[in-house]
Amino acid sequence: MAAASRAFSWRLRALRWVAQAVLPVANLALALLLSGLVVLAVGENPGRALWLLASGAFGSVEAIGYTLYYATSFVFTGLAVAVAFHAGLFNIGAEGQAYLGGLGVALLCLGAGGWPTTLVVAAAIVVAAVAGAAWAFVPAWLQAQRGSHVVITTIMFNFIAAALMTHLLVNVLIKPGQQSPETREFAPSTWLPQLHDVARALGWEIGHSPVNLSLVLALAAGALVWLYLWRTRWGYELRALGHNRTAAVYGHIRPARTIIVAMSISGALAGLMSLNEVMGVQHRLLLNFTGGAGYVGIAVALMGRNHPVGIVLAAVLFGALYQGGSELSFDMPTLTRDMVVVIQGLIILVCGALEHALRSPVEALLRS
Amino acid sequence: MSDAFLFAALLTAATARGATPLVLAALGGLFAERAGVVDIGLEGKMLASAFAAAASAAMTGSAWIGLGAGIVAAVMVSLLHAFACVTHHGNQVVSGMALNITLSGLTAVLGYAWFHEGSQTPLLGPGARFGPIELPGATALGNVPALGPIYREIVNGHNVLVYIAAAAVPVVAWIVYRTRFGLRLRAVGESPGAVDTAGISVAATRYRALVLSGVLCGLSGAYLSIAHHASFIRDMSAGKGYLALAALIFGQWRPVPTLGACLLFAFADAVQARLQGTELPLVGVMPVQLIQALPYVLTVLLLAGFVGRAVAPAAIGVPYVKER
Repeated sequence: MAAASRAFSWRLRALRWVAQAVLPVANLALALLLSGLVVLAVGENPGRALWLLASGAFGSVEAIGYTLYYATSFVFTGLAVAVAFHAGLFNIGAEGQAYLGGLGVALLCLGAGGWPTTLVVAAAIVVAAVAGAAWAFVPAWLQAQRGSHVVITTIMFNFIAAALMTHLLVNVLIKPGQQSPETREFAPSTWLPQLHDVARALGWEIGHSPVNLSLVLALAAGALVWLYLWRTRWGYELRALGHNRTAAVYGHIRPARTIIVAMSISGALAGLMSLNEVMGVQHRLLLNFTGGAGYVGIAVALMGRNHPVGIVLAAVLFGALYQGGSELSFDMPTLTRDMVVVIQGLIILVCGALEHALRSPVEALLRS
Repeated sequence: MSDAFLFAALLTAATARGATPLVLAALGGLFAERAGVVDIGLEGKMLASAFAAAASAAMTGSAWIGLGAGIVAAVMVSLLHAFACVTHHGNQVVSGMALNITLSGLTAVLGYAWFHEGSQTPLLGPGARFGPIELPGATALGNVPALGPIYREIVNGHNVLVYIAAAAVPVVAWIVYRTRFGLRLRAVGESPGAVDTAGISVAATRYRALVLSGVLCGLSGAYLSIAHHASFIRDMSAGKGYLALAALIFGQWRPVPTLGACLLFAFADAVQARLQGTELPLVGVMPVQLIQALPYVLTVLLLAGFVGRAVAPAAIGVPYVKER
């Protein structure tokens, strides 16, 4: 009797694990199917579009490098959204937090021309995280103390960040005697090493692409987030608050403090995204360098089911969508890169809001 | 007529024009949220309507067909939201954001592919958009002292959607507070279990609320592209859906205070447009980019200062699961 019930519960657990893996794939397939309808509406062939997308993302070593370069940013923003999600908060402000992180990194790199590279990198990690956390702190404090809904305040802070950065780049930080609003290029000693340079130093030749050391930092951040959320008391408090506020308060968890800590960590992770873009690739501060990565983070977190491993996989998928999407718009001029935004929105819809819609059919299919 | 009066009249008229899309969208959100469904997708519905309205008006040359297409598009997006949140008990905030992101991309993709003008729709001629309406007796009554100029300069000369927005406030208040549907709507938002026990379908009420939200967002989006502007421009809602939502919260989910909040936001925006390049006491000339952030900063301040005690509909954001 006991053995039978144990076998049953084991099967149930196995079923849940399979469902965890199969569901995202089924969701992705549904989102791609819906996107295919949009491609049809534009008058192109969806099958060919998918093929161009896939080969553009994985067709060569360079393409894979570009995919991983985009994925790096999305790992950071995906982790940012996920940490807030675990505390029951929806951080839509990763975009603005990453933008401000970039401001911090740029100011540091502009001033640290003579420093050794390792010192600059270490300082930049701190500065990016602190700047991002600071931009998340205000909405967090308002949510914790005044009850202003964090969704609306973070959206507003995205708009405010955009206005602030446009002002700074157009009027203050712009390189004198130039039209486009961007800073001067940083000194090469402050650049994050790109992976093809590192590989060459080790005697390997890999294709030329912008993927850089921040990829390693992103993976490390994922591991740290996992440790924090599932192996520390603070992470437990954070998740407890997200699951059941009443029970958390009953267990002597202080909601206000936990909300502020969760949002600050979230903002710090978003801020780190700027290391990839500003320090690793552009080597200057550009207008809108974030390029929507903060919003992609929402899709990545939902698709990755808020777990670091899932987030890394989902980030690679979205990196492929971004890289393949630009190749696609090159080969199919009627399809702009906004097509990627459509796919991203549909994935959020299917994985996030309609997650229960596919669950019962998938589980029924697995059970049979 | 004094310069001060003309300036005030211009500012008031600009406030009315700026408040129109906010009021329409916020009233749409009021139906949804009073029924217990968070409606952060106002932005996406406005974009869908703005694009559909401009595209249809450009192809048919009729503003009214454009308006109809805009409403249909926004209602369809609203129904998708209802399908995810009411039928499948999905997370309402996530669904709304998903729709906003999808529509932001979709309108740009379709606009680029169909009209080849860089994600814009063609510029609309006079018949294809709503122009200013001369109210009866504006010139004759304009000479009446005091009230005459106010009638002629401020009340007169807007397009039809501005007047629809003004009329929508009392109509929505009447529906919500004085009709059987309104009572059920509010009950579903406060205590869906009780409504269910009384034999009224929670899901059907929420679907109806979201259809109404779609209709009003359709008016709001069409206003942007075929009344205020003469074409669809990508992401032209520029956060107005979120501002409308903030106005709704600040107005404590009631029609008249929500109108007040929308007017406040529109006034801040109208002042913002006139502050650009002028010398201010203490700070000097403010950079344009910072002044443009004024409505957003105001939103944060309002939400921080006064809304801490706002009482939302009790069941807001909670999917209703019958079998529990």
